[in-house]
Amino acid sequence: MKWEIKTEDIHTSFRDEVEELSGESFGACYQCGKCSAGCPIAFAMDHGPTKIMRFCQLGMEDEVINSDTPWLCASCQACTTRCPREIDIAEVMDALRIIAKRRGIKPRTDPDIALFAEIFLSNLRWFGRIYELGLVGEFNLLSGRFFKDFGKAPAMFLKRKLALLPSNPFKWGKVREIFKKCEKMKEGEGRE
Amino acid sequence: MKYSYYPGCSMHSTAAEFESSFRFVAGVLGMELTEVEDWFCCGATPAHITDPLLGLALPTQNLLQARPTGLDVATTCAACYNRLKTANRVALEKPKKREALAQILGEEYKGEIPVRHILDIFVNDVGVDNIQRNVLFPLNGLRVASYYGCLLTRPPEVADFDDVENPVTMDKIVEALGGVALEWPFKTECCGASFSLSRSDIVGRLAGEIMRYAKQAGAECIAVACPLCQSNLDLRQKEASEYEGVEFNMPILYITQLMAVAYGGGGKDVGLGKAIVNAESVVHRVFGHRGSERVER
Repeated sequence: MKWEIKTEDIHTSFRDEVEELSGESFGACYQCGKCSAGCPIAFAMDHGPTKIMRFCQLGMEDEVINSDTPWLCASCQACTTRCPREIDIAEVMDALRIIAKRRGIKPRTDPDIALFAEIFLSNLRWFGRIYELGLVGEFNLLSGRFFKDFGKAPAMFLKRKLALLPSNPFKWGKVREIFKKCEKMKEGEGRE
Repeated sequence: MKYSYYPGCSMHSTAAEFESSFRFVAGVLGMELTEVEDWFCCGATPAHITDPLLGLALPTQNLLQARPTGLDVATTCAACYNRLKTANRVALEKPKKREALAQILGEEYKGEIPVRHILDIFVNDVGVDNIQRNVLFPLNGLRVASYYGCLLTRPPEVADFDDVENPVTMDKIVEALGGVALEWPFKTECCGASFSLSRSDIVGRLAGEIMRYAKQAGAECIAVACPLCQSNLDLRQKEASEYEGVEFNMPILYITQLMAVAYGGGGKDVGLGKAIVNAESVVHRVFGHRGSERVER
């Protein structure tokens, strides 16, 4: 595939930002394509992981930041495991998602992917142990897909596959403290 | 054999049958379990994709709470296993992050508590001979495709108890129970667990491919050792069947359920009725129908 690269598309500062956050260095990638070949979600991605790695090498910020690839990464670690240059590609995808979030960019094809992570973490913050029924309910409510998986509910209740009540929310002061301290550290980084 | 036990959130809800069968099997095999005091969620994928430090602080705090016992931590869930072991790896190899974590948690953790998945414990501590010796009702040639999914073997620097591309621990257990462990190519393919709610279409396709290959290999059921694998293959089997255009009707069982059946566990221990896809018919055909009481040894 032909790709026209203009000098104004190249931002080395972007490459540095991703390298800093992920702790990985893009210079090692020689574009063998193994990451894309083994990626189970590649079929749903606009650019395969190999292409994302090349964009990162060149500092092509817009292409990377507006791609849904990092959001679609399932963190299955197949790319990281198989990379002959030992780049932790899954870690790079994490970093790209975080940078996209810093810029206020949401996944284009499906904002619910970002929503799920947010709901999961607020559930964890309050209940210490994930309250699955609350997780499903809140996700359906906020994603506007009220009746998603509704057909599965009766069987799951009959089989007691879902606990009805969450764990005691008053028990998890330590968990909330961890969240708060991590947020504070992140703010500190932003100011530097 | 004493262990600290970190069940993880699913074990108390969607994976209740994994919990009951594991506890029964552990009893038979002489494993003593002490739950980590006030354990909480490891953060799974959502934490580390949102904030790397949060993704490490949560599992590290859990390990700190396990530390006083001085025992190895046993886990059942592949995602918990991955997060706890990653926390260990960071504590051992990345001093800067270790310091940051000590600041957040108020205590330094140096990665001294070994984290083990129960498959590792079964095969390497209990031993295949012992697993075999306790069988009361052999699996009678039940054809089982062992499915490991992504995080039980990946990345190998973290998950280090089995072969990364062709793991065999579960297969060894199946054979010890008297079943036939099938060779098949999708043992470690991803089921897309983190998209179970947000992109069930992706999960349906991935689960469909996994089940197609299991069926081609002649599997009568798929054995798993992770709550997320089970719920994706079982609960999303309708979507998978629609994607592939075949009615799979493939029972998805935890390896500990197969062990519990072979060890004479009662209905409540084994929890076969919990699966959405009927698992009782396969097991009863192989074993002959048994009552719901535990068999005395």
